[in-house]
Amino acid sequence: MGKSTVTTKDDAQALFHSLRSAYSSTPTHLKIIDLYVLFAVFTALIQVGYMAIVGSFPFNSFLSGVLSCVGTAVLAVCLRIQVNKENKEFKDLPPERAFADFVLCNLVLHLVIMNFLG
Amino acid sequence: MLYDGSYYFDDKHIDASGHQGPLSATSAVVRGLTAFASTSESLNIPEEKILGLARFFLGIGVPGNSKDLYYQIDTLSHLENNRQVVSAPLILSLPATVLSLTSKDKLKVKVSTVLGSTVPPLSVKLMQVFSSGSKDASVLKQELHFHPEEAIHTLDALPEGVDIGEYVFAFEIVLSDPEHKRKFATGGRTKVPVHVTGVVKVDDAKVTVLEGDIVESEKKLDLPGKNDLALSANHLQKLHLSFLLTTPLGKPFKPHQALLKLRHESGVEHIFVVGNSGKHFEITLDFLSLVEKFFYLSGQYDIELTVGDAVMENSFLQPLGSIELDLPKAPEKATQPPPQAVNPYLRYGPKAEIAHIFRAPEKRPPQEVSFAFLGLVLVPFLGFLIGLLRLGVNLKNFPTSTIPATFAILFHGGIAAVLILYVFFWLKLDLFTTLKALGVLGIFLMFVGHRTLSHLASASAKLKSA
Repeated sequence: MGKSTVTTKDDAQALFHSLRSAYSSTPTHLKIIDLYVLFAVFTALIQVGYMAIVGSFPFNSFLSGVLSCVGTAVLAVCLRIQVNKENKEFKDLPPERAFADFVLCNLVLHLVIMNFLG
Repeated sequence: MLYDGSYYFDDKHIDASGHQGPLSATSAVVRGLTAFASTSESLNIPEEKILGLARFFLGIGVPGNSKDLYYQIDTLSHLENNRQVVSAPLILSLPATVLSLTSKDKLKVKVSTVLGSTVPPLSVKLMQVFSSGSKDASVLKQELHFHPEEAIHTLDALPEGVDIGEYVFAFEIVLSDPEHKRKFATGGRTKVPVHVTGVVKVDDAKVTVLEGDIVESEKKLDLPGKNDLALSANHLQKLHLSFLLTTPLGKPFKPHQALLKLRHESGVEHIFVVGNSGKHFEITLDFLSLVEKFFYLSGQYDIELTVGDAVMENSFLQPLGSIELDLPKAPEKATQPPPQAVNPYLRYGPKAEIAHIFRAPEKRPPQEVSFAFLGLVLVPFLGFLIGLLRLGVNLKNFPTSTIPATFAILFHGGIAAVLILYVFFWLKLDLFTTLKALGVLGIFLMFVGHRTLSHLASASAKLKSA
């Protein structure tokens, strides 16, 4: 019995190490995008926590804040997919074009967010 | 069209079959009679018929339209002025048909022709007086005294036994000169209704509260003067009111209204009729049987007595005071008293003022909490920047030659400008101005971005191929 738990713990650690080593080989610009996504998600979580504490009185403000974080994270994920060289579907799409799309969509999203912020 | 003079009164000149009423027909008959009688000697029209026609035309009063007025006056003048053939009717009238015993009014009678011209010497006799109550009538044959200066016949004193009430006086006109009998129609007896009024004496009025047959309290009333009673009774007792009514001649009198009203302080009213036997009027209110009728309402009741009649000169409606009634409690099934009328001025008057209650503002968290979270939200951003540094971001790919560099700077500047525009939009601008500015900036940004990114793309393509 004791041996299995140790094995499980060892397995988890081994898995974690393998993930870390695999991840370190990703190109830098993809890592930047991943970091950006993490930043957006954490901001959204903090906003939800605030709402849980003080109540959702200006509900439109809360929604616009959370949706801006979630929206920008989604756009960043799309950018990562399009820019990733290992993705065969988007082989012919120049990454600059993807980045331009990313910028444009973000600007439109933030216009809507500012309008809804109130 | 009838050529009788009435066409002057035609409102519209339409055909002859216009308005033909009873007046025009009767008028035509009388015109025919007088015209025919003037030509023939043998036409003898009875007196009653002439008087009947005269009374018909006089009894209309003033007709409604001008044509009827013409017919009326025309016919009356025919009746009056054709003395040779038709006897002129003599009309007996009373200037006043209401005589007061108190002011000792004299009976006055006037005799005239239909159009009011002078009459020959005559005398008027009061033949009979019929009383409304009894069928029989006293036969009098009293002659009235003639006053030539006013042309009025008067009776100095009313006949004996004429008390207050409604009577019918029967008169007869007697012509002094028998020669005039052919020229004037007197018409036998003329009956005229006459009202004789007077003061009714109210005597011996008293109110008693009885317990069974024993008198609890008795109070004398001064009727028809003011009274202020303050009685009290419970539901086992009775209230008894009695008084005597006498005419000026001392006879018993039954008025049209003899009513006792009890009004509760809440407004509920009860009315009772006071019955009589001869002169004696009395009413007994047995509260035990009236408890239900009074809706079991205890409290103060105002008492009012009303005695009135058309021929009674001193009819009165007097408040007598109040009585405090103690009735048992109402059982659950008892009927409710009728609701009292609301004062209409209260219903349509100004209502109570309503103050608007503004929506209470939502509870906001204390400012310290909000600022703390503001700081907390910025933490991931700092984490992002630190992470970027750790990853080793650099600006190596930033173009160095002037033109692409300016475009790159303009590209970044354009994005920054759009974000600043968004901040202004949140702070004070409205959507339309924002969209206008955004349109301008967007076009600029597109152009600049395209140049920059295409430059970057070509640079990386060159790198790949090389």
